Amino acid sequence: MDINNASKLSPLVSVVIQSSTFDVPAETRLLEKALADNRINMGALATFTGSVRGSETGASDDAAAYGELLALDIEHYPAMTQLTIEAIALKAAQRWPFLACRVIHRVGRLAVGEPIVLVLVASSHRKEAFAVCEFILDYLKTAAPFWKKAIFEQGEQWVAAKVSDTEALDKWSLPSL
Amino acid sequence: MIKILFFARLREQLGTRECSVTWSDNMTVQSLINHLLTNNDDKWQLLLADEVVVAINQQVVGRDARIKDGDELAFFPPVTGG
Repeated sequence: MDINNASKLSPLVSVVIQSSTFDVPAETRLLEKALADNRINMGALATFTGSVRGSETGASDDAAAYGELLALDIEHYPAMTQLTIEAIALKAAQRWPFLACRVIHRVGRLAVGEPIVLVLVASSHRKEAFAVCEFILDYLKTAAPFWKKAIFEQGEQWVAAKVSDTEALDKWSLPSL
Repeated sequence: MIKILFFARLREQLGTRECSVTWSDNMTVQSLINHLLTNNDDKWQLLLADEVVVAINQQVVGRDARIKDGDELAFFPPVTGG
């Protein structure tokens, strides 16, 4: 594997916002093909998929009143979401030498169990793949303009932003950022 | 003119998705909010909350940010994606 040559190439970054679901194996193959087409050999691939949980933190008091969680309605600011995630990926690229990255975030109504977000990161070594994957998710959660509304059997409620998500950024606060 | 967008809970509470305001010299985010507050409609006070995020042309800014004619503003609650 020629790490030196590969690391000189700009990372292949793509961000998609869509209402339809995504196929993780198919997305992985596409990323692998994009790397192969650019004659880049990867050594590590981190894959993160986030899905709609059966409950929403902060909505526990309402579970009795509203019943079971059925779905999430995800709203976004179309002109800004993709730009924001691309900016996050570029920020990550300034910090870690990863090779390629694909982010898919869904919008619209997603039932419990359905996938919401996919982050694929290819790099030469595992450390960068894990770090970039987590970095992108941490910043996506606090900067990308998406909003979740929890849809219960009897009622609905906007999901509140979590302090823990903002605190998660602390670990990235280094002079190099 | 400047276009103003509202999202999520803020959009529902204000009962509007979008509105337009005539641009004026030296307009800032804060002066725009003050201008809306003179409309005698209490609902605009929601924009005064610290947690409300403001973006000008898709870039998050502070309340003292200058607004240019033709800008697109957006007001929204803290984000909850991912």
